[in-house]
Amino acid sequence: MKIIVCMKQVPDTAEVRLDPKTNTLIREGVPSIINHDDKSGLEAALRLREQHGGTVTVVCMGPAQADVAIREALAMGADDAYLLSAREFGGSDTYATATIIATALKKIGFDLVITGRQAIDGDTAQVGPQIAEQLGIPQVSYAEELRLDGNSLIVKRQFEDQAHILKVKMPCLITALTELNEARYMSVAGIEEAYDKEIKIWGFDDLKDDLNPDWIGLKGSPTNVFKSFGKQPKAASCVMEGLSAEEAVSEIMKKLIERHII
Amino acid sequence: MCKDIYVIVEQRNGVVQKVSYELIGEAGKLAADSGEEVVAVLMGYNIAGRAETLCQYGASRVLVIDHPVLEQYTTEPYVKAVEYVIRNYEPNIVLFGASSIGRDMAPRVAGRIHTGLTADCTRLDISVEKYQDYLRATTTFTEDVIAKLDTEDRSLKMTRPAFGGNIMATIVCRDYRPQMATVRPGVMEMPEKDTARKGEIIMVDAGLTMDDRNVEILEVVPNDKKEVDITDAKILVSGGRGVGGPEGYEPLKELAKELGGEVSSSRIGVDSGWIDKSRQVGQTGKTVRPNLYLACGISGAIQHLAGMESSEYIIAINKDATCPMMKLADLGIVGDLHVIVPKLAEAIRAYRAEQKVS
Repeated sequence: MKIIVCMKQVPDTAEVRLDPKTNTLIREGVPSIINHDDKSGLEAALRLREQHGGTVTVVCMGPAQADVAIREALAMGADDAYLLSAREFGGSDTYATATIIATALKKIGFDLVITGRQAIDGDTAQVGPQIAEQLGIPQVSYAEELRLDGNSLIVKRQFEDQAHILKVKMPCLITALTELNEARYMSVAGIEEAYDKEIKIWGFDDLKDDLNPDWIGLKGSPTNVFKSFGKQPKAASCVMEGLSAEEAVSEIMKKLIERHII
Repeated sequence: MCKDIYVIVEQRNGVVQKVSYELIGEAGKLAADSGEEVVAVLMGYNIAGRAETLCQYGASRVLVIDHPVLEQYTTEPYVKAVEYVIRNYEPNIVLFGASSIGRDMAPRVAGRIHTGLTADCTRLDISVEKYQDYLRATTTFTEDVIAKLDTEDRSLKMTRPAFGGNIMATIVCRDYRPQMATVRPGVMEMPEKDTARKGEIIMVDAGLTMDDRNVEILEVVPNDKKEVDITDAKILVSGGRGVGGPEGYEPLKELAKELGGEVSSSRIGVDSGWIDKSRQVGQTGKTVRPNLYLACGISGAIQHLAGMESSEYIIAINKDATCPMMKLADLGIVGDLHVIVPKLAEAIRAYRAEQKVS
């Protein structure tokens, strides 16, 4: 079984800033990690391989620095990896990103694709389903449990109020929740091996036969950022210090009565 | 020419979800700005009876797609039905609830149609004037930047948080139609129901068959824990790190009972196992907008504020006068919640008793 795990490198912090000129995120100087949901997806893939054989390939789109996350994935036990990196890919929205990744996945070949449900930076949860759409394969998103059953997968799919146990034939795409499992740590041997493994870097030229240049990158993205901004808290709060408990209660009571809450 | 604002109605076991009414209400406001109409798309099995209510909440038309394959949600039949509606009715805007159903279906629809989709929006504008007012009130943009916006721009401006709420981004989709967004449940206002309001109900045959389902549902598992919907509560008494442990929520529950509200929590209480996840407010929990949000011992991490900042009135009780929740609150009390909360419950009891007598 050939499993591909799609992975994103994300900043490991909420402390991100905007470049005032370009209104894009400044990623330099911010430590990066494998996105949590993606790591659970990778763990699920490694477990399937351990139980049933096969290979696990990691595919990551991003700048050259994303090789740090890829090395970690290799050290966890992935067999090989592709980094999709090109100037033409920059500024892609979810549609354009899915177009590029789907093109690469078709070229690599797969029985099963696993992505994280969503990335902690963009929080869109759109790229996984949009890859599945472009590949023309069924998807099961929000996967909480996963096991192989012949040529199919049995997936526990989480909704807010209930879960479905679904059976889906491969090839298919699964989006993983962090709840799916507890991801393993890199092993020492794995770390050593990771640096012997080659990361294949694919640019625009490697995919161009099957990739419409009008559908990728900033210009090919159906959505664009119109404005982005930090939030500023509203003014005019009333903070009262040094009150006795009785005074505090009486101040709160005044407001509750004034606003007809009681 | 693409026109009108379509709301993809979400129903579970035949019950229309609250977010769908919120979306109809929001679509009504947008439609008033653009001179368009609100169309609800209702999909399910034996579902047509729900259409009238959608009109009472503000839909001018309801397209009903009724088919056994739509009885339980699975991706492909629902995507196919929405695709049929978009190709045949050519909407200008299509809105989905940003639930685990909407966020599964919408990206696949956008991919199939080849159009843009903005995830998890918390604000929508067509009117540039209203958008400018919003920028003036909530951002540091200077007036000349705001005034420069083209007031003739009728595109849908879709605003959403990213990076856990640290950054807001407004997204547009200029060259493709329909413009599509998923919208966070609990963010848009619930519209008034008017039982006198009527609309047109149209049965649509989207050409579905049972074979459209490409996954098999083996079992439907109800969540074992009974979930409380804190998004419905008018009053929330919410606890954070300051409550100190599971027993710390007891006085909060007592106070919530006196106020006729519910208890909610910041993330720490849930992660520490003090209280159930269904009561979590914030970016990874629920978005709430009660009439009163009483924050007890919650310092106000940005992810928490993102889930409750549109509450109508916010009272904070905290030992730290400088924490972000104090800045956000309408009334901030610096003090010990363990003393103040029980006394407040007592005071409300006494007040009510007095009201009864007089």
